[in-house]
Amino acid sequence: MNVPSDLKYTASHEWVRVEGDTATIGITDYAQTELGDIVYVDLPNVGRSLAAGESLGSVESVKTVSDIYAPLGGEVVDVNPALGAQSELLNGDPYGKGYLLKIRIQNPIEVEALHDAAAYTAIIS
Amino acid sequence: MIQTPKLVKRPDLIFDLSREGRVGANVPVADTPEVDLTTELGELRKELHLPEVGELDVLRHFTALSHVNYGIETGFYPLGSCTMKYNPRINERTAGLAGFAGLHPMQPADTVPGALELLMRVQEILCELSGFEYVTLQPLAGAHGELTCLMLIRAYHESRGEGASRNVILVPDSAHGTNPASAARCGYQVRSIPTDSAGNTDLDALAKGLDDSVAGLMLTNPSTLGLFEPNIAKICEMVHAAGAQVFCDGANMNAMVGTTRPGDHGFDCMHLNLHKTFSTPHGGGGPGCGAIGVKAHLEPFLPVPVVRRGVSQSVELDEHRPHSIGRVSAYYGQFLMEVRAYTYLLAYGKEYMSDISRHAVLNANYVMARLKDVLPAAFDRPCMHECVLTAEHYKKEHGVRALDISKRLIDYGFHPPTNYFPLIVHEAIMIEPTETETKQTLDAFCDALIAICGEAVAHPHLLHQAPTSQIVGRLDETAAVKNLDVRWRPSVMPPKVEAGK
Amino acid sequence: MAYIPHTKADRREMLATIGVSTIDELFREIPANLRLAPGSLDLPPALDESRLLTHLRELSERNLDSGKLTCFLGAGIYDRFVPATVGAVLSRGEFLTAYTPYQPELSQGYLQSIFEFQSLISELYGMDLANASMYDGATALAEAAIMAHGINGRSTIYVSEAVHPHFRQVLDTYCWPVDLKVRLLPAPEGRTDYSAIEGDAAAVLVQYPNFFGVIENLEAARDATRRAGATFVVCADPIAMAVLRPPGEFDADIVVGEGQPMGVAMGFGGPLVGLFACKSEYVRRIPGRIVGRTTDGHGAPGYVMTLRTREQDIRREKATSNICTNEALMALACTVYLEALGKNGLRQVAETTVRNTSYAAKVLTAAGAKLRFADRVFGEFVIDLPIDARAVQKKLITKGILAGLPLGPYYKGMDQSLLVAVTETRTRSEIDAYAQALKEVLA
Repeated sequence: MNVPSDLKYTASHEWVRVEGDTATIGITDYAQTELGDIVYVDLPNVGRSLAAGESLGSVESVKTVSDIYAPLGGEVVDVNPALGAQSELLNGDPYGKGYLLKIRIQNPIEVEALHDAAAYTAIIS
Repeated sequence: MIQTPKLVKRPDLIFDLSREGRVGANVPVADTPEVDLTTELGELRKELHLPEVGELDVLRHFTALSHVNYGIETGFYPLGSCTMKYNPRINERTAGLAGFAGLHPMQPADTVPGALELLMRVQEILCELSGFEYVTLQPLAGAHGELTCLMLIRAYHESRGEGASRNVILVPDSAHGTNPASAARCGYQVRSIPTDSAGNTDLDALAKGLDDSVAGLMLTNPSTLGLFEPNIAKICEMVHAAGAQVFCDGANMNAMVGTTRPGDHGFDCMHLNLHKTFSTPHGGGGPGCGAIGVKAHLEPFLPVPVVRRGVSQSVELDEHRPHSIGRVSAYYGQFLMEVRAYTYLLAYGKEYMSDISRHAVLNANYVMARLKDVLPAAFDRPCMHECVLTAEHYKKEHGVRALDISKRLIDYGFHPPTNYFPLIVHEAIMIEPTETETKQTLDAFCDALIAICGEAVAHPHLLHQAPTSQIVGRLDETAAVKNLDVRWRPSVMPPKVEAGK
Repeated sequence: MAYIPHTKADRREMLATIGVSTIDELFREIPANLRLAPGSLDLPPALDESRLLTHLRELSERNLDSGKLTCFLGAGIYDRFVPATVGAVLSRGEFLTAYTPYQPELSQGYLQSIFEFQSLISELYGMDLANASMYDGATALAEAAIMAHGINGRSTIYVSEAVHPHFRQVLDTYCWPVDLKVRLLPAPEGRTDYSAIEGDAAAVLVQYPNFFGVIENLEAARDATRRAGATFVVCADPIAMAVLRPPGEFDADIVVGEGQPMGVAMGFGGPLVGLFACKSEYVRRIPGRIVGRTTDGHGAPGYVMTLRTREQDIRREKATSNICTNEALMALACTVYLEALGKNGLRQVAETTVRNTSYAAKVLTAAGAKLRFADRVFGEFVIDLPIDARAVQKKLITKGILAGLPLGPYYKGMDQSLLVAVTETRTRSEIDAYAQALKEVLA
């Protein structure tokens, strides 16, 4: 199970890459394995404000639906345009081309509440 | 005994059989004067891309399709929670009688006394079997019956000034998906109540969940685990004490027919699936037939018209119901299905009715006992009319899932049982034999499962590749979603759509 | 009892395997005070098959069915021609007794027939796609209104009063618990007037042809709906689609209908079959089942239920509907009907309907009735009579004619109005007999 050490994580299987005041968010390798082939992603529009812990959308495989929860609060500044036609990127490259969205972080202090790679690895074991 | 692969011609799409100029029925010929269609109707439709196939070819087409479809008359369906019992053929004859099939629902009531009498008798028999004071047959399916009951509950609370404050429905975590879906359709929020380790509703969690925002509890009894809720009377008391109502999801009525009655358990209303318990045919996914039973305090809110006996015992339609929730369907319900159910109920009558539940429960416990060494039951208790087993061991030790076991059963000539429901049992396999299966059939089924569990250990690839005996193997369901293809299209482009202003 | 095959020996062996002595022991978890003794309920006596048939036949013969009363009553349920092939196909056990096709490898027959059904309904309505059926036309219309609210988030449903009164009642019942407001659009001259549509319109619902048989102006309906920014929903008669321009050509967002006229018995109103079609952009919001084409691991073509995450068993309270069971068997009847009649047969049924309707309008007006609305109709029309329409209907029943639907109970000021339907199964002599009988009643 791939758990990159440079990322932060939530217990609900989202990952976060913090670069300055921007956070890139996606779902982990563990999540995509559990879901199976992902066929559809429902994401918010650019400009939407999110609160930490709020459901921001969902990921669907053929037989399941999973809500995605915002790891941090902030404004959506980018939504991955490739996922509409290529939802399989979430399975194949969940930390890279399969990212979900980017937000402008509202409260940097919320980053500290996220799990590091070791803590997340313990959660999924 | 494993099936040999089927040598069956893959059926063509009807559109590929079409040839210009053909027709497959001798439709009525007009003997009234010809008219100019444009004068009569205005601008006419130009293109109509329907097939043109001769009558014999139409029949061959559907015969070919029937050869690649499984039904109860083909073989056993061990589907938990579906009650796939024999659909008596005499029911087809009675439902086909011209005096039933040829009636218009809006013709005057005094021209259809036999139809109204039939509806009334079905209601009366179902009242007696369910233990409720009133029954309506207007709901068209189980989920529709659930929604109707929830609407009655909402109307009841509104009549007491608590409609807005009571906006939560409690649903066990083992519930069928229609329960929360129906609650949402009735404007309710859903709060989940856990099941305890014995397979019963967790009474402490229920007590915590019962506050004055709760409108009702939806409970399936026996539960979706096939277990009777021993604390049912207490649960109903608790819910009533909190000012809420209790709804019985009657999907598992087959365990109870003639042996016990949900009305006596304390429920305020229930839905029945006549296409499960009372043998009306499933027809590939419907019609369903969803009667509901209610206690007297919910009667004022029943859908209109109410079918009831008048002073002279003749049946009348009561249209003047000021507190009614209105109509849930356009007419009286699935009438020709009621004819089938009525025929079925009379075939059993007083003498045989309780044999249904007695033999349904016998069959389920027999299957559970025969399989206990290969597929343990999820709970160590007698089951009712269905048993829930778990294949978790095979997943952990051999990488074989309940799904794989099910697909391999197809190669042994059986329809698979229910998988992955209820959600709270891992690798669940739910088996409901019904009372119409012989011991031989059950033995053959159990022998097949035992053999397959052996294969799971020794030759798991046989399960992963299954089924290999049908016209298709496992289908690419991901592609079915991603490359959505839900209709045939004519090669001619359709007329341009006017988007309007 | 032939349906339960257990012998004494079977029971004995099975109980031994289970490890109990009696079946009663298997019910031990039911509290004793809730257990009934077998045979203790007040039920009628069991009937053998011969007596069952006699009893049901006797009940059926108390009714005046379409063999005893010539049917000129429509109002959403029609006495239309059902080819013998429909019954032949539906009675096959592989179709009649099949379960929902959740196991596609065993259900390719049904799945393919549903794919064909979806294709036929899409084509008939001129829409991108259709689902595998709803319970009936009325609930299909109600679900369309709720789907419109899901699409645009607005809360007012505008429905024409020329939509079937029972459909409107079902719509009211469905909208009430989810706080959708229903507003009526008047149809004073038999055609819908859209001027009352205001802001927050979620959907505009019209029937085509409408309840009075009048062919609504779908251009006007579309334009009014678009001006209001609402979802355009049409409830369309499937037989009329053979000759009228389908709603898809007028940019309808959702089209629903009652499929009973296509191969399903009137059956005192059930079972019926709801039709539901929409634009492809709304496919994820559509209620009910959908079948799609795909391939298996060897590349063989196959059919499977798809977009399942919309449905209640997966999505639960967030499902697009609570619908589980639909009307698969009746949809199969429609499929057989449409494939047997095909383009040529369906057109002929529609044309014969038009000829018969036109002739009936002439001879009934000559007999003393007056056509109430000036507009073009398909299959049905409203006549005004010099006396109460219910009285006329009652007298005509004694003459073996079911004259139509008296509209007094449904519309103010229409106590003397009768809705008359004339399908392709009516003959010239039946229509003449009606006119003659009417003349006598009005004399």
